[in-house]
Amino acid sequence: MASLKELKGRINSVKSTQKITKAKQMVAAAKLRKAQAAAESARPYAARLAEVMGSLASKITVSENSPKLLAGTGSDKVHLLVVANSDKGLCGAFNSNIVKAARVKAKELEAQGKTVLFYLVGRKGRAPLRREFPKQIAHMFDTTDVRDPGFDEAERIANELVALYEDGKFDVAHLFYSKFRSALLQEPTDQQIIPVPAPKAVAATAGADAVTEYEPEEEEILAALLPRYLRTQLFGALLENAASEQGASMTAMDNATRNAGDLIKKLTIQYNRSRQAAITTELVEIIAGAEAL
Amino acid sequence: MALHFELVTPAKLVRSEDVHMVVVPGTEGEFGVLEGHAPFMSTIADGALKVYRTEGAAPEEIRITGGFAEVGDKGLTVLAEHVG
Repeated sequence: MASLKELKGRINSVKSTQKITKAKQMVAAAKLRKAQAAAESARPYAARLAEVMGSLASKITVSENSPKLLAGTGSDKVHLLVVANSDKGLCGAFNSNIVKAARVKAKELEAQGKTVLFYLVGRKGRAPLRREFPKQIAHMFDTTDVRDPGFDEAERIANELVALYEDGKFDVAHLFYSKFRSALLQEPTDQQIIPVPAPKAVAATAGADAVTEYEPEEEEILAALLPRYLRTQLFGALLENAASEQGASMTAMDNATRNAGDLIKKLTIQYNRSRQAAITTELVEIIAGAEAL
Repeated sequence: MALHFELVTPAKLVRSEDVHMVVVPGTEGEFGVLEGHAPFMSTIADGALKVYRTEGAAPEEIRITGGFAEVGDKGLTVLAEHVG
């Protein structure tokens, strides 16, 4: 049995751990609110752009002359998996869930005889994926010096992806990130980003759009908008990821705080028992001594 | 007699207001949009939007890059990647 002093020390150390997890939980809650607001304000642009893409797509048939970003390279040998992770830990299984989803997809593609490459965003996905696929990391995008992922990062990532794509480094790109459902639930998601999946044609506005004029031609507008659409999607994914990270962090820290509380209770009971046992022993000794006289 | 004008960036809705006219530097030439303009879509060259709040007022210039303009029943919507 641990001595009273040792027990006291452990109780204190668990108490200070609990203080840290509680603080981190509150920080995550505040940041979550901010991240959600950011995701909210990004919605109008994404919605409008998707609308425009939809109405354009309904007028154009994908052919060989279509932009490569829409029509694809004509083969699907090399797959690039873009894995978006966070830079910091203390967020439960958030990062490992994304990595797991990417790993499953990689194995599946390799089983079909495809080549798989990785493009990693954020620090936390590096170690596990590098361990498993040491030769297949095409690039690691560093976000450690950025506080909140913004449109500039999305733009840089998208530009690099398009450059790699145009060099013929890969044929298909998938994006892995965590979709924010609620603070309790984040869903690792796999989304094809290149070639751009044809946006859903909007049928309802077809009548109103019939007279719409385009300048330049529809094809040219579509070609100009495709990279922007890609950037917007990446931006959206980064925002979802940021919100998910804070949500996961909040939940994980809430659990940790509760566990610390349970542990403190258990240790306190143990401490009191040992103390009482010590007192009882002392009393028995005194009484025995008195009786002997 | 007012045109509803919206300027949207990926990060947020920058403007949503009623104005008199907006002159947009389209890739194939500048064009002005007044109320009741025919449905129209155009890419925008990097440059300045000129927003006329009232008829004859001095225009307010907003520099944008990576823009796209859409004119519909709801007015003029400009999607821009960067503003300022």
